[in-house]
Order: sequence, then C-alpha cells, then structure tokens
Amino acid sequence: MKSRAAATPFGLWMGIFTVVPMAIVLWFAFTDANGTFTLANIARIWQYAGTYVDSIWMGAVATLICLVLAYPVALSISRKAEHMQRTMVMIVMLPMWMNFLLRTYAWMTLLEDQGLLNQFLRWIGLPAMHLINTDAAVVLGMVYNFLPFMILPLYSVMAKLDNRIIEAAQDLGSNGFQVFRRVILPLSAPGIVSGVTMVFVPAVSTFVISKLLGGSKYMMIGDVIESMFVGDGCDYNVGAALSLVLMVLMLVCMSLMRKVDNGEDELGGMMA
Amino acid sequence: MNEKKIIELKNIAVSFDGEPVLKNLNLSISDGEFVTLLGPSGCGKTTTLRIIAGFITPDDGDVFFEGKRVNDLPAYKRTVNTIFQRYALFPHLNVYENVAFGMRVQKKSNAEIKETVTRMLELVNLKGFEKRSVSKLSGGQQQRVAIARALANKPRVLLLDEPLAALDLKLRKDMQAELKNIQKSLGISFIYVTHDQEEALSMSDTVVVMDDGEIQQIGTPQDIYNEPENAFVADFIGESNILDGVMLEDYLVEFFGRKFKCLDAGFDKNEPVDVVIRPEDIDIVEPAKGHLTGTVTAVTFKGVHYDTIVDFKGFKWLIQTTDYYGEGSVIGIVLNPEDIHIMKKSAYSGMFGDYSSYSEEFDELGDAEAAAEAEEEAEG
Repeated sequence: MKSRAAATPFGLWMGIFTVVPMAIVLWFAFTDANGTFTLANIARIWQYAGTYVDSIWMGAVATLICLVLAYPVALSISRKAEHMQRTMVMIVMLPMWMNFLLRTYAWMTLLEDQGLLNQFLRWIGLPAMHLINTDAAVVLGMVYNFLPFMILPLYSVMAKLDNRIIEAAQDLGSNGFQVFRRVILPLSAPGIVSGVTMVFVPAVSTFVISKLLGGSKYMMIGDVIESMFVGDGCDYNVGAALSLVLMVLMLVCMSLMRKVDNGEDELGGMMA
Repeated sequence: MNEKKIIELKNIAVSFDGEPVLKNLNLSISDGEFVTLLGPSGCGKTTTLRIIAGFITPDDGDVFFEGKRVNDLPAYKRTVNTIFQRYALFPHLNVYENVAFGMRVQKKSNAEIKETVTRMLELVNLKGFEKRSVSKLSGGQQQRVAIARALANKPRVLLLDEPLAALDLKLRKDMQAELKNIQKSLGISFIYVTHDQEEALSMSDTVVVMDDGEIQQIGTPQDIYNEPENAFVADFIGESNILDGVMLEDYLVEFFGRKFKCLDAGFDKNEPVDVVIRPEDIDIVEPAKGHLTGTVTAVTFKGVHYDTIVDFKGFKWLIQTTDYYGEGSVIGIVLNPEDIHIMKKSAYSGMFGDYSSYSEEFDELGDAEAAAEAEEEAEG
C-alpha cells in the first residue's frame, strides 16, 4: 500500500505531462484536418529527409565539440579542493541564468558582417570573414548555449571518483596518460552518456539558435516544425508527424550511443 | 631476511599547511624484513608509507632505494606496491582484470598475464573468482584481490596501509596469519602500517613505534614490549603501571618509599626515573607477606583473567590475575627484580600509567597533578 501511495504523484505527473500530450501528438500525426485517419502526414516527411540529416549532423558536431571542451574542464574542476569546486561550478552555470535569447542575440552582434569580431579583424589588419548565417555560426551557438549541460553531468561523475583509485593505478605503474585511459575515462563513461544526451537532444531540435545565427532558410528540423505551427502555411498534422519522427530518430540515436557504451564496458569488465 | 638495506629514510621532515607531520625521521629497512609502523592516528605512520610509495615528496631529507636517492622518482616508476586502506579496487574491472592491471600497463603478453593472475589468485585463495565483479565481493575477498593485484607486479617491497582495519576480528586474525605466510614464502619486505599493537607484535620482525611525527622506539616485538624506551611506548604497547622512582644505584630503585632490586643499570646516582610494571607480572600474596599492600577498588572479568584495580597510597594499579579478589579486599603484592623495568624520564613522563580512571571514584586531584607534572616535563 505504501509503495502505491508513494507512486501516485509520479503516476499523476506521467498522465498529465507525458501520456496525454503524447496521445494528442499521435492523434494529430495520424489524422487529417477533418479528423479522419490517414498516413499522408507521415508520407510527407520524406521531403524533409535532408533537413533531418542536417539537423542530426549539426547536433552531433555540436555535441562532440561540447564533449571535447567540457571533459578537461570538468576533470580539472573535480580535482580541485572542495570549496574551489563549488565556486567553479557556479561560474560554469552563471551564463545559464542569463536569458537564452539575449545570449544568442549577443552572438548575432558579435558575428555580423559589421559586427564586433569583424571590426576587430579589420582593426588588426586581417580581412573580414562572413560568419553570420553559416552552419558554423549555428554550431557555435549550440556549443555556447549547451556547454554547461555537458560539463555538469561529467563533473558530478568525476567528483565521485575516489582519489585512492587513481593512486592505485599510479602505484601499479601507470603514467598520467595510462591512468586517464585505463581508469578515469572508463569510470566517467556514465557522465559522458548523460552529458551527450543532455546536449544532443536540445541541439538537434533547436530552432531559435538556427533562426538567429543561421539566417532565414529552414536549416534545422526545429525551424520546419515551428513553421507548421506558426504563421501562414501552418499544418498541425504535419507538424505533429515531424515531431514524432524526430523523437523516434533521437531515441534510435541514444540507444545506439548506449550500446556503444555498454560494448566498451564488456570489454573492460563490468560497469557499476 | 638479510642485512642488505633496501629502503632508507634520512632526516625526513614533512609538514602540511605549516603543521609538522614528520620531524627528522630516520629509518632503514632490510631486504625481506617485515616492518610495522605502529602508532595512534595522526602520528605520521601513513605519511611515512606514502613517502616510500612516492605519493608525497618530503620537504626535507632523502629517500633511498637500494642506495639510490629516489626523492623525485614518481610513484609509477617505483618497484614498490601498495595495499590501500579499504582496498581501492577498480570498480569497472572484474577480479581478473584488477589483478592483471599492472601487467597490462607494462604490456606483458596475454599468456604471461594469465599465468601470473592464476598463480596470484591461487596464492590468496580466490581461484574461480576471475569473472566476478569486485563490488559483489565481501570485505575479506576484496582484500585478497588487493593483495593479489599488488603482488602480481612483483614488488621488491609491499606497503600495507592498515589493510585489515575494515575486517571483523575473526577474519582479521586469519588474514594476519595469511599475510605473514605470504611474506615468508615470497621473501620480500613488507612495510605494514597499523594502530593495532597486537597485530604489530604478532606479525613483525621489527616494530617502529611512532607518535607525534617522531619515532619513539625501533625494536623486535619482544624488545618493544619488555624494554619500552619511554612512558609512551610502555603505555601504547600493552598495559603498564608507570610510577615515579629514583635510581639509587645500579640494580637498586626506590619507589613508594621502598627499595627494590631490579635488572637495570647505567643511570646516574639518584636519577629520577619512570618505573614500568606490567599488570600480568604482579604476584598477589597475603597482605602481611607483600612488599606493598593495597585495597581493591574495582574488578572487571575479562575471560582469561580479572582486571583488578588496586589502590596503593592513592596511586591506582592495574593487576591482571586469574584469582578473584572482590572489591574492598586488602591484598599484598610481591615484585621480583625481573618484573621491574626502568626507563629514563621523557616528555611523556606522568602522562600515562595511572589507572585512576578505571575506578568509580575517579581521582580528579591525582589527574590534575599528573597534568601539571607533564607540563613541567614538557617545559623542562
């Protein structure tokens, strides 16, 4: 009885915020404007296949860059004294408390053809570069906005890493690189998995970043979905179908990712 | 064990945040010797071990390994291996891979690794546990994996940092015997850190008693127990009644207003000394026949013997006896020359050896006097 009572808030939450909305999305995806069943919406998805691939590709690139940047940062924070760690984590999180739109607009003014960055390049005598409205600008925006979501899960796993285990590895003859490869990296794998999830999912489905830094063309699937719900050519049914397919694709990506991770574990023994 | 020195520490000093942890420590360890660093927590024993392992570089002094100075040699290049407190096994690896770790780093062949891991797991009685995850093992089994993992690297010296502290009493006794056997059969040096005096006495060739960042005494277990160098060692190793006395001449000491024959010599005439009398050495007789008479103030049954607290003119002694003397009974004691051990006065004089706190009517006055005396000693 007790466990059932404790599970009630979760059940309620699941019902209101997960099951019902999913049912609504499904309903829209498989019906037409009159509410009759159809597969036409799903069939129309093919014309956006390229956009899906682009979105996943750019999300993956941004995630990889985040991982490469965040890993050493998280590791160095986790090896500091405890009071230092708190301060450093706080500094990592600080930009997240500034409004998301404001941060992205700030990048617009930096990257514009007449923006601060190009002014600086001209001032030191280098040729100006076209930065805004490129794929690179969008990836940059993603990396900047989502980096803390990579650092935090990595840090929380690394902070729990017992220093004596590192010492044991040194004691058994491992130099710095071997300690990293044989102990720190495998033990931080759970942090990598959750960090990648937390960056990849919002990066693939973003539309604000691509709109502001990528120009007016529909670069990302998020922009296409938005256009189906806002403005003249909107079509809720196709929008729901697009969202549904995106969700399935991301689930596939994440389970592939987990499979790779588990495979590594089996090679190295077991993972706690 | 032979006389070849494998490790030497010379004038080692270390401080953490300005707090001295080791003060001018000198220690040498022979090849094949079982050395125990024994002392209360904070005495610097683990720090000493970590200096030998290479995890701490001393502020002052030198570390020699087979005559070569190794102060700046990082831990991973030293041919010593450590068994850590609470094992520090790799949680992402199974038993086999934990033991194989050192050899994988050294890029040994798979055949050699398999042969060594099998042999090591046999040595620690864990045959058949290769595929087990280390987190599913009991404390004793994890300890065995840690031993196998360290020994698989063929260390010249094995460092053990309170390896049995987390085990229950029965298992601890078994592991003590097993470690001693492993040490004998491999013939390598063990440096063993513990705060458990019984463990130190039963396993070691040499015991190093430490307190407050300094070595108090180095000797065989028998030396340490029978010939403690100061009141700290006498109190820390076993139980001791420690009294103020005056060495009248060689082989004659006075305490409690009586002269006693003893086996110690080489003190100045009328030199104040600390007198140690072990509670199990005291013979109880009828009051009329005793050198001293006292009143029993407390008795505790300990299984093999009774801990009997006896008041002699306000100073309370612990006597361990197999005969029962009830509270309030008046007894006499006889002290033979070999029961009396004389020590030079030290900074520890007056701090230990009075069993007042054992009795119910805790003698606060006596304790205050002892504290004042200790302060005087420290200043002087």
